[in-house]
Amino acid sequence: MATDVVMPQMGESIFEGTITKWLKKPGDKVERDEPLFEISTDKVDAEIPSPSAGVLKEIKVNEGQTVPIQTVVAVIDGAGSAAAAPASAPAKAPAPEAADAPAPPPAAKPAAPPPAAAAPTQAAPQAVPASQRSGERIHSSPLVRRMAAERGIDLTTVPGTGAGGRISKQDIEAVIAAGGVPAAAPPPSAPSAPPPRPAPPATSAAPAPPAVSGGQIHVAFESAVPREKIYFGNYQVEPMSNMRQRIAEHMVASKRVSAHVYSVDEIDMTKVASLRAKAKDEFEQRYETKLTFMPFFVKAAVAGLRAFPTMNASLDGTNVVLHKEINIGIAVALDWGLIVPVVKGADEKNVLGIQRTLNDLAERARSKKLKPEEVQEGTFSITNPGVFGGLFGLPVISQPNVGILGLGMIEKRPVVINDSIAIRSMCYVTLSYDHRVVDGAVAHRFLHKVKETLENWSEPVL
Amino acid sequence: MAEANGTQITFLEAIKQAMFEEMERDPAVVLLGEDVGVYGGAFKTSEGLLERFGWERVIDTPISESAIIGAACGMSYAGLRPIAELQFIDFIVCAFNQITNFVAKGHYLWNAPAPMVMRGPSGGGVHGGPFHSANPEMYFVHTPGLKVIYPSTPYDAKGLLKAAVRDNNPVLFFEHKFLYRRIKGEVPTEDYTVPIGKATVRREGKHLTIISYAAMMHTSLEAAAALAKEGIEAEVIDLRTLLPLDEETILESVRKTNRCLVVHEDTKTGGIAGEIAAILCEKAFGDLDGPLMRVTALDTPVPYSPPLEEYFLPNAKKVFDAAKELARY
Repeated sequence: MATDVVMPQMGESIFEGTITKWLKKPGDKVERDEPLFEISTDKVDAEIPSPSAGVLKEIKVNEGQTVPIQTVVAVIDGAGSAAAAPASAPAKAPAPEAADAPAPPPAAKPAAPPPAAAAPTQAAPQAVPASQRSGERIHSSPLVRRMAAERGIDLTTVPGTGAGGRISKQDIEAVIAAGGVPAAAPPPSAPSAPPPRPAPPATSAAPAPPAVSGGQIHVAFESAVPREKIYFGNYQVEPMSNMRQRIAEHMVASKRVSAHVYSVDEIDMTKVASLRAKAKDEFEQRYETKLTFMPFFVKAAVAGLRAFPTMNASLDGTNVVLHKEINIGIAVALDWGLIVPVVKGADEKNVLGIQRTLNDLAERARSKKLKPEEVQEGTFSITNPGVFGGLFGLPVISQPNVGILGLGMIEKRPVVINDSIAIRSMCYVTLSYDHRVVDGAVAHRFLHKVKETLENWSEPVL
Repeated sequence: MAEANGTQITFLEAIKQAMFEEMERDPAVVLLGEDVGVYGGAFKTSEGLLERFGWERVIDTPISESAIIGAACGMSYAGLRPIAELQFIDFIVCAFNQITNFVAKGHYLWNAPAPMVMRGPSGGGVHGGPFHSANPEMYFVHTPGLKVIYPSTPYDAKGLLKAAVRDNNPVLFFEHKFLYRRIKGEVPTEDYTVPIGKATVRREGKHLTIISYAAMMHTSLEAAAALAKEGIEAEVIDLRTLLPLDEETILESVRKTNRCLVVHEDTKTGGIAGEIAAILCEKAFGDLDGPLMRVTALDTPVPYSPPLEEYFLPNAKKVFDAAKELARY
C-alpha cells in the first residue's frame, strides 16, 4: 500500500514550497510522524513529518526544487517493501559457508533465494532476503514465532513482507504452504572438513579411525589459558564471524589430524618469468584476462600429482583414497577471511583454461558469488603467501588433502650457475604434507618434479 | 406510547418500553430520579409512566444523587426492585460512596443483595460539555460486585434493560445519549431479554478485530465499511456488557484474525482497551500478529468547543487509519 507524500500548505496564502533537504533516502525506513524532509516557503521553513510508516520508496521532487502545494513529492511504501535492503551486513559468511551455517539446505520456497546460493540477491521482490538476517534480531510476532516453533521452521530463512521487513502471518503461511523448511539441526560444535564444505556424505564401513570418523572432524577449539591472561588493561572485544570461527576450527583440526611435515625447495622461475613477460600483453589482449604466475604453478603441480598419485589422495580411516580427478584448490585471501575455490579437472586444462578459471573463481570469491560445489572436492591445494612478501610459508593442509604447496615470493636473487653468479628470478616453495600417508621420499620427489616442470617450461602460453 | 409491533423504534423508545413492560410485569419494580415523574424525564424516557403506575412507583426525587442511590439501595434491601435514574450520568459520581461501598459490597458483607438498576444518559458528541458528556463506566468496571452494561442498539437496549431489572445484582446501565434519537431498530413485540455478559459479533471479518461498544460501535462499523473497500475485512465486536466482560468472544475473534483494535469513547488511560489488551496478552499471546491498538478519546475533560470536541473524540476516520495501519503491520 503506497502513501503519497505531498507538499503541505503551511499557511493560508502559501501556494508552493521548496524542498530544502531530504532527511531520508529511498530504501530508508520511516516511522509515522518521523521528520521526512525540510521545506522552505515564503513564510516559514519547516520540518515535515512522514504521514505514514513504511519504507521511502521514491523521491519525486529533489532538493532545491519548488513545487505547488499538494504536489506529490515522494511515495512511501507501507507494505514494508525492503527493495533496498540494508547494505550487506559485514562479516557475512560467504555463500558456500551458508551450507553448514544455521541456514537449512535450500528447499523450494516461493520468494526467498536459497541461502546457500550467491550473496544476498535482491531478486526476491519486497522481501528481506533471508540470508541477510543472520546476526540481526528477527522481527516477527508472537503468532509467527509460535507457528515457526510448531513446524520447526527457521525464521532466518523466511522472507518478511510486513512493516519494516517483519515476518507476518502471511509470510510464514506462504512458507508452510510451500512445504516448510525444517530448521537444520544446530551445526555440530565443529564443522565438516574444509571450511566451505557442507556436511559430507556418510562414509563407508571403514573401521573408525581415531580422529577423522564419519568424514567429520569433531573439534572445538580449546584454550587452556586462564581468562586473566587475556583480559587485562585496555582491550576491545571483537566477536568472531562465522567464517572466522570455521577457519579456526578447521586449522586446529587439520593440525591435530595430519602429521604435518614441511619440505622447502627453491625454483628458478627465470624461464617462466621471461615467457610470461613476453606473452602477457598479447595474452591479455587476445583472451581478455590477465596472465599471472599461478597457472604455471598449477600445471607444475598437476605434473607432480600425475607422477606421484599419493599426493593426490585422502585418508579415510586406514584407507588411502586415491583421487582420479585432479582438482586443485587455490587459497584466495578475502578482506574478511579466506576461502579455497577449486579448479576442477586442472589436469585437463591448458594455461589459458586455468588462468580463466582462476580469475573467475577469485573474482566471484571476492564478490561472494561462489557456488557451494566450487569450494568442494579439491584433491590438492596451492597457496601463495609470497604475494604478501617474505621468503616462504609453512601452510596448513586443507583437509582432507594430504598436501599443500605454498609459494614464496618470486624475486631476483644471486645464484650460482656453472660456478658463476647469475641473477635469476627465484622462488621458494614449501610442500606441507601429511606424513601419515606421504613419506619424505615421495614428498621430495614430488617437489622436485614441480621444480623441474617449471624450470624447463616448454608449453606454449598463447 | 408507541406500540412495538416489530416496527422500528428509537433507542430512547426502547428504554421507555423496557421500563414500562417490566413495571407491568413485576409490581416490585419502581422508578426514582430527578424529574422522572411529572416531567416524564429530562429526555422523556419515562413519559407516561407516572400516569400509568402512580406516584408510589414513579418517584420524583430531590437533586441529590447520593440520596437517590442510597434510597434505592435501601428499597432493594426491603424487597423492591428499583430503577434509579441519573439525569445525566456525569452526576453519578456524587453517589460514588453509596454505589461502591454499599450497593456493590452489601451482598458480600452482609448477605444483602441490591437488585437495582442505575441508569442514565451518558456519552458525548452532542456539545454537552464536560459535565454532560461523561463516560464513567470504568470507575464501576473497577468495582467488584457490580455489573456494567452499555448497549448500542434499540434491540439490545430494551433486552438488556429488562435483563438488568430481572438480575439480582446491582447493574449500571449506560445509555449513550447520542444514540437516543439517532438510532432506530426493530424490536420484537413479545417479551424478550438479551443476556448480560455476552458480546456479539456485528460484522464478520478476517484481517483484524475491532472491539467497541455504544456510540463507537456504529463508528467502527462505518470504518469497517470503508476498510472493506480497500480489501481489509474487519471483524467488529460489540461488547454490550463491560462487566462481566465476554472474554470468550473476544479471544475467539482475535485467535482468528490475530490483530486487535479497541475503540472506545472513554478517555484512553484506564479505559477498557487496556484491560482487553492485558487479557489478550495473557491468554492469546501466541496468536498475536500485531500490536494491540486503541482509538480512544484524549486524556482531557470533554471540551465544550465543537471543533475541540471533534478533535477530542474518536471518529470513523481515526478508526479507519488505525485499522489500516494495523492490518498492514
